[in-house]
Amino acid sequence: MLSFIGRSVVQKTVTLFFVSIVSFLIIHLAPGKPSQVDPLNPKFTPEVVERFRKEFHLDKPLYVQYVYFYQDLFTGKTISWKDNQSVLKKIWERFLNSLPLFVVGTLITWTLSFPIGIRSAIFRGGIYDRSTTFLSYLLISIPGFFFAYVLIIFVVTHFHVPVIGMETFGIGDAPAAYLFMDRIWHLLLPSVLSATGGIAVLSRYVRSQMLEVEGQEYIRTARAKGLPAEQVHYKHALRNALLPFVTMFGLILPGLIGGSVIIESIFSWPGMGRMAYEAILARDYPVILTVNFVSAVLVLAGTFISDLLYLVVDPRIRL
Amino acid sequence: MNMDKKDFYIESPPVPKRTRMQELQHVFAQNRLALLGLLIFILFFCCAVTGLFLTSGSSPVCDPSMVRLQEKLRPPLARPNLESLKPREIPALGIYLMGTDDLGRDVFSRMLQGAWVSLTVGFVAVGISVLIGIFMGGIAGYFGQKHFRMDHILFTLCLVLGTGLIIINSYVVGTVLLSICSAYIFYSLSGRNRFKKKDLSFWKAILRRNTISVDTLIMRIVDIMLCFPSFFLILTVVALLPASIYNIMIVIGLTSWMGTTRFVRAEFLSLREQDFVAAARALGLGNFRIIFRHIMPNAVAPVLVSATIGIASAILTEAGLSFLGFGVPPPHATWGNILSNGKNFIFDAPWLTFIPGIAILIVVLSFNLFGEGLRDVLNPKLRERH
Repeated sequence: MLSFIGRSVVQKTVTLFFVSIVSFLIIHLAPGKPSQVDPLNPKFTPEVVERFRKEFHLDKPLYVQYVYFYQDLFTGKTISWKDNQSVLKKIWERFLNSLPLFVVGTLITWTLSFPIGIRSAIFRGGIYDRSTTFLSYLLISIPGFFFAYVLIIFVVTHFHVPVIGMETFGIGDAPAAYLFMDRIWHLLLPSVLSATGGIAVLSRYVRSQMLEVEGQEYIRTARAKGLPAEQVHYKHALRNALLPFVTMFGLILPGLIGGSVIIESIFSWPGMGRMAYEAILARDYPVILTVNFVSAVLVLAGTFISDLLYLVVDPRIRL
Repeated sequence: MNMDKKDFYIESPPVPKRTRMQELQHVFAQNRLALLGLLIFILFFCCAVTGLFLTSGSSPVCDPSMVRLQEKLRPPLARPNLESLKPREIPALGIYLMGTDDLGRDVFSRMLQGAWVSLTVGFVAVGISVLIGIFMGGIAGYFGQKHFRMDHILFTLCLVLGTGLIIINSYVVGTVLLSICSAYIFYSLSGRNRFKKKDLSFWKAILRRNTISVDTLIMRIVDIMLCFPSFFLILTVVALLPASIYNIMIVIGLTSWMGTTRFVRAEFLSLREQDFVAAARALGLGNFRIIFRHIMPNAVAPVLVSATIGIASAILTEAGLSFLGFGVPPPHATWGNILSNGKNFIFDAPWLTFIPGIAILIVVLSFNLFGEGLRDVLNPKLRERH
């Protein structure tokens, strides 16, 4: 166990190092310079550009820039090129905005997809199973931005509530209950949207896991003993079918930051995805690279946690 | 009579009663959704090809970029106002089948043009990713146990460094490094059999040391690639590169090969140990022939399934990029940018949002359904049950 942890920490650190190199190279070798974003702006005289390049070490060779950048990142001194604010502080603020979206979306996904998947596995081949199968294909295939607009039109015209942004503009001194409901309404649509794809995929996965377990011999034994159907399904089958899902808790971690660029920009939600999108537009390399680095860390941490959970949950596995 | 019957048995060996095609038909007939997906896909393909012919050229039949400002935001099936239009501005069908947009361009011809874009983006991107995936996965699975030696690594470093130095204008050192490389290639090719193991000196022994296996290397590369959030990576690269449809295809292809690599590697690892491969090797076949004639046909099923579903997600990604404004540059129409232009008029002209949205939905759905159906068809466990 300890050796496994040690080995995977070393391995993941090496991977992270290469990820940092690759992302740095992708950003810096791409054509176009950050100092040329706005060539028509009269404020960008050659002297200003030169000062800018000097300030951010852009006149040094690439490997020096690399060292400078990651030195700054680990000491927390990275600043955004656009507004000279600390990148880590900026990311933290945006992260706090994205967090409710992520939490509500994940909750919706996990609470809905298990009942759906289990029910369609138990009544496989029936009308319920077939309709949920088709519906989940539909949800996987629908482009998120299109679905977002359909939902916005529907909600705005039928419920007459505002949905864009994090809260109604200028709501200032309203009663607390009103403020709360306002927040909920604003949160609802984007989190439902970010959950749709997850529900579709996860419920299919639950269904296939349940089907696999239901075909096992011990289920037949349980049934032959004369146990009631509920006990067979929910005690014997479900417990074993749940095994792979415990490990999936680790894999939802990257969703924290990968977020949804499209959904956040449609709802003008000031979250991580939108910040990354704005950073890309402005060629704000420190922000792009930091977001990339943090998300790589989260992916690696997620796989690590899921491996560990596998070890804990399934005694047959020895790594 | 008895003899006759025996002869009859000998003449017809115990083959399955149905041929593989019949099996396929049978399983597909069971899976009506998959059949529907296939039909829609064929229809979409025909639309895209005819659309390409109708909308390209110097004087296309349906001109997607014909601006008629006096006819803007006409609803679907509206008749053009014949008095105010020049003869060549009248749409080919006589009506605006899907309405017009805010510049009075015919949405029907723009959709036709966009169909071809979606089709090519899907196929080319997935083609690239499948090629890379099969190549990397095949190498990792088949040659995985081989090790890179120290000299291989040094040599690659030399090559990369030399090229890099030449690129950043330090020609002398770069040329020296590159010439060292080519000298080493020549040396190792010519002198491979001359050196026996016993007369290796200390330095040569170090050079010949095994370091990392091919399999480990490739799977670590896959791990590295999987660390990037894919849509964000695509967005970054596409935003930094000049806008063009080819860049989008290449970038989507280059960032989505990891799944295929894993499938192919797993298949190769299990197939390599099978008896028929041993038999082929005993017959003296080369690695190349074993890989492409004997292993590949058996490993292609999961690749096919993931490619079909990959096309669906590539189309969705392209539409998402176009929606964010990083897609195919205007005036070329794609479904994503018709939708993203149309969203500004969502209450006045809902067809500008709904027509491309539903078109993307149907096409992606058909690919997903067909892919899942294919998975069932190619799964021998399910085939026996029917």
